[in-house]
Amino acid sequence: MTHAGRARGRGFDRRAVRSSVIALVSTVVVFGALIWIVTNAPGWPDVQASFLDPEVFADALPALIRAFAVNIQLFVTAEILVLIFGLLLAILRSLEGPVFFPLRVLATVYTDVFRALPGVLVIFVLGFGIPGLGLVDPTTSPVVFGVLGLTLIYSAYVSEVYRAGIESIHPSQDAAARSLGLSRWQSLRHVIIPQAVRRVVPPILNDFIGLQKDTVLVSFIGAVEIFRTAQIKQAASFNFTPYLAVGLVFIVVTIPLTRLTDWLIARDRRRAAAGGSR
Amino acid sequence: MSGPALAIEGLHKSFGSTAVLRGIDLEVAEHEVVCLIGASGSGKSTLLRCVNLLEPIDSGRIVIEGDEITARGVDVDRIRRRIGIVFQAYNLFPHMSVLDNVTLAPRRVLRTPRAQAESEATVLLERFGLADRRHDFPDRLSGGQQQRVAIIRALAMQPDVLLLDEVTSALDPELVAEVLSAIRELAASGMTMLIATHEMGFARDLADRVCFLDAGVILESGPPAQLFEEPREARTRQFLQRIIDAKRL
Repeated sequence: MTHAGRARGRGFDRRAVRSSVIALVSTVVVFGALIWIVTNAPGWPDVQASFLDPEVFADALPALIRAFAVNIQLFVTAEILVLIFGLLLAILRSLEGPVFFPLRVLATVYTDVFRALPGVLVIFVLGFGIPGLGLVDPTTSPVVFGVLGLTLIYSAYVSEVYRAGIESIHPSQDAAARSLGLSRWQSLRHVIIPQAVRRVVPPILNDFIGLQKDTVLVSFIGAVEIFRTAQIKQAASFNFTPYLAVGLVFIVVTIPLTRLTDWLIARDRRRAAAGGSR
Repeated sequence: MSGPALAIEGLHKSFGSTAVLRGIDLEVAEHEVVCLIGASGSGKSTLLRCVNLLEPIDSGRIVIEGDEITARGVDVDRIRRRIGIVFQAYNLFPHMSVLDNVTLAPRRVLRTPRAQAESEATVLLERFGLADRRHDFPDRLSGGQQQRVAIIRALAMQPDVLLLDEVTSALDPELVAEVLSAIRELAASGMTMLIATHEMGFARDLADRVCFLDAGVILESGPPAQLFEEPREARTRQFLQRIIDAKRL
């Protein structure tokens, strides 16, 4: 770029500057127009007062960030469990032979059911149903049931991602492993799964973005996490600004993960393209 | 051991309604090198995959060193240790170094300790001129080197019989020679081999016996001098004539 720029002399620089200026001007015009339309809407002063109150924001933010620790606890624990349980489900569905038929059916039914159910329903049923059975300590934290619910739901999605990864490994790899005397399980363990896992890291991270946002659902069974804290703050101040702050916290946490995922996907695509031309 | 290393009797194999193998009878003696020739689709690869039990057979028997491997209830994983196969597309494990490719099966299947497996693998890699590549990953190797690693990987299990399935067909022409010379070396060391090949010159030089497969049966077999110079069957003559016309013999 710089070499080309120098080689072409000042003409190239002028053109580059010009296109930057055009991009800048058009961005300012578009966003300026949007801001003008919104801020000149008849209800804007009311909306501004109830959603964008700097004082309420400053007051709520520390408590919200503290409460976000509960969300972090929820999604980190659930993600670790999902990685394990999802892989287990995928392996069950990949086992061959009539002996494993019941396990395959069970795993298939499981993934179908938990992908069909709305997440909030699963968390509700677990959070209120299990304590109702009287089998666990009634003071058990709703966070425990939240982790359980999120794990059950997202394992169904992630197991499908793992399975797609396992099936994307060419059968000749299994044939090579089996021809050396490895059992189907050894072939999965040493040859197929290590290659599959590398391929599915980006789509699994993608599912984890969804999981992290769904931690707010656990507020419905009484966990005082960031969303519940915002509700409390809103009730106290009659102002919706805390919700905006919640949104901001999620954006700050999630966007780096989204960027990382996109970067990993792009890198894999480049690698696949390089591999194909070899 | 007086019987043949490998005996195939009345082997039939169909894919759906397509009969690929229609009664194959073949014996390979210990230390013998048998080449299978024939047009694409004549069943050469399927035959090798059946011998390795990678394809279930419809009927017939396969006997290795006196043990029937197609009998009901045999442990196929145990059988496959005794039969090595090398594929056209190498099928190396791309996520493992050359050394790990070669030692995976000895370590996991035979439970050989890592140090011993690696020193045995290194001896084999040295024998085929690849010791300096042992820490490389397959994608850093040429096709010829990858195929030699695949041969070494099969040899590391010390098989009774080695099956080679068109192992030079995916290679650039200038890389074919190094793989063929590796196979020559194996033949000289007394390895029992059943080889499906398009390399007629190679088959003529190396084979103790050549079998011509046509439409799922062994139409003709004999020493290479006889089969290539005085084929009895019209179909064999036609096939060889086509090869000659294509300047491949």
